[in-house]
Amino acid sequence: MRVVVCVKQVPDPAMPPSLLAETHTLDRSGKLVMDDSDSYGVEMALQLAGDVEGSDVTIVSMAPGGETSGLRTALAMGAARAILVSDEALAGSDALSTAKVLAAAIRRAEPDLVIAATESTDGYTGTLPVQVAELLGMPSVTFAKRVSTDGTTLQVERQTEAGYDDVNCPLPAVVTVTAGVVEPRYPSFKGIMAAKSKPIDVLAVSDLGIDASAVGSRGAREEIVDVTDAEAREGGEVVVDEGDGAARVVAFLEQLKVI
Amino acid sequence: MLAETSEQGLTPLTLELLTAARTVAPTVEALAWGPDTASIAGALGEYGASRVYDVGDLAGALPGAPVAAAIAALIGNGERPDAVLLPASYDGRDVAGRLSARLDRPVLTNVTGLVQHDGALLTEHPVFGGAQIVHARFTGEGPGIYVVRAKSFTAEPAGGSAAELVAAPAGDVGPTGAAKIVGRHVEEATGPKLDEAAVVVSGGRGLGSAESYALVEELARLLHGAAGASRAIVDAGWVPYSHQVGQTGKTVKPTVYVACGISGATQHLVGMKGAKNIVAINKDREAPIFSVADLGIVGDVHKVLPALIEALRSR
Ligand SMILES: Cc1cc2nc3c(=O)[nH]c(=O)nc-3n(C[C@H](O)[C@H](O)[C@H](O)COP(=O)(O)OP(=O)(O)OC[C@H]3O[C@@H](n4cnc5c(N)ncnc54)[C@H](O)[C@@H]3O)c2cc1C
Ligand SMILES: Nc1ncnc2c1ncn2[C@@H]1O[C@H](COP(=O)(O)O)[C@@H](O)[C@H]1O
Repeated sequence: MRVVVCVKQVPDPAMPPSLLAETHTLDRSGKLVMDDSDSYGVEMALQLAGDVEGSDVTIVSMAPGGETSGLRTALAMGAARAILVSDEALAGSDALSTAKVLAAAIRRAEPDLVIAATESTDGYTGTLPVQVAELLGMPSVTFAKRVSTDGTTLQVERQTEAGYDDVNCPLPAVVTVTAGVVEPRYPSFKGIMAAKSKPIDVLAVSDLGIDASAVGSRGAREEIVDVTDAEAREGGEVVVDEGDGAARVVAFLEQLKVI
Repeated sequence: MLAETSEQGLTPLTLELLTAARTVAPTVEALAWGPDTASIAGALGEYGASRVYDVGDLAGALPGAPVAAAIAALIGNGERPDAVLLPASYDGRDVAGRLSARLDRPVLTNVTGLVQHDGALLTEHPVFGGAQIVHARFTGEGPGIYVVRAKSFTAEPAGGSAAELVAAPAGDVGPTGAAKIVGRHVEEATGPKLDEAAVVVSGGRGLGSAESYALVEELARLLHGAAGASRAIVDAGWVPYSHQVGQTGKTVKPTVYVACGISGATQHLVGMKGAKNIVAINKDREAPIFSVADLGIVGDVHKVLPALIEALRSR
């Protein structure tokens, strides 16, 4: 079973995010790291690949500046290889353009199973994996909280408003996983060393047969008009509990006529 | 706009979408699926939809692919909507993604407001935990696809007559429709629903252990409210996902929100900042939750919550 995991490389979450003044897009000029949300997908892929003999895991990512540090993290966890699409023409791509690029890159890996996160930390549009599925002509099961497979079909527990559904789906298919589904492993020292020599295929837009003017900011069909400060919510009274904290809350609730 | 139903009829978010659609467009048409779409035609009309396209029963298929195909077919056959509005629900997002790829139009997600400006429909999106608002719009030919978050609009009936029912079958969607629901599990909850309760008491990692969540549940019960959670403790497996408040969980707008041992990360704030009153209990004076709290108690949840429960019980 060939498994592909989408891994987004995002600005370090420890740094405060900022928007670029001219384009109102997120500043991605600093070092990028593997999106924490995708560590669950990588772990899930490694576990499922372990369940089906002769499987391997390929990482696919689109990122600026030939960024590979997040990919090395995924390779150190145990993925076999990575495909990176990096091209100046892609700056300012909307999610659909990103989906087209990723779908083209994923198609090269001829996957049986594609795994992505439900939503990314920095973009959180949450539509990209389904767009990819439609472009690849595959079924998709989003919001998976438990996944198992025999290499031919998938059994998924999918979150719902009320609880969860059991969903069956033939492969090839796209699955999105939520945080907490599995416990991502920490790369071992051996894994980190091995990752250094694992292959990363770096592709440009032209390698994928995609017209560069149809993607990136030139191809974008949505635009940010402006960014304004929201009405600030005034912080209220903050008191240190001296044994009277509960009484303060009771008085507050009484005043609101909640009790 | 995409109309979703539950056992209780149209979902609250569907009613909100209908109301929003009416304020920005003269004609609103709905699209729904399920075994008995005729039963919701009255409610759809009451909230302003003139017509409901009926995709029919999906025989267990996940809705994303067939429902998107049905909308794309209507557009292919000459319908020219300016906007397609979808609820930010599990199935709504699936339909949006599939429709986007089919129509070759991008999607604007996390929409919390819609305004007409100089003949263009502008969207509002909260960023950085709602500290700033981004306004965006579509450019180029074709309909805009919008995914709207819950509680962004207040549902109000318009008093129209029942929507006209028109069949809109999906046709064959090939392998994309192959995912099938084979079983359903409902996680029973007692008391009011999280996204409808007037009081919500939520717990976070500061509770220290799964057992301590009982304090949150007990306080919620005493206040006739619902118990919520931060993602940290959902991920840790202390409580089911259906309790999660925030960007990837539920949006709540209660009269009072009590945050217990929750730091107030931006992704949590977007789900509860709309509460009328916020009480926060956290032992760290610097926790961001205090910047939105009307009453902040700097203290230990293991002291404040038992005392609070005791005080309410003895009333
Ligand atoms: C894409 C994405 C989506 C997300 N979606 C959501 C979402 O929908 N909802 C959500 O909640 N989060 C979401 N998150 C996660 C979010 O970023 C935070 O990690 C999470 O909200 C933190 O939960 P917490 O406040 O319980 O834990 P922490 O941040 O660890 O905070 C615990 C708090 O408890 C306090 N504390 C500790 N001990 C005590 C004590 N004894 N008494 C009182 N206080 C104590 C600490 O001071 C601290 O402030 C998302 C993240 C990402 C990347
Ligand atoms: N540039 C990218 N490279 C690789 N994977 C991506 C990229 N963008 C999005 N994804 C995947 O799609 C998921 C949803 O992304 P989003 O639509 O941005 O919320 C992410 O969590 C990733 O798994």
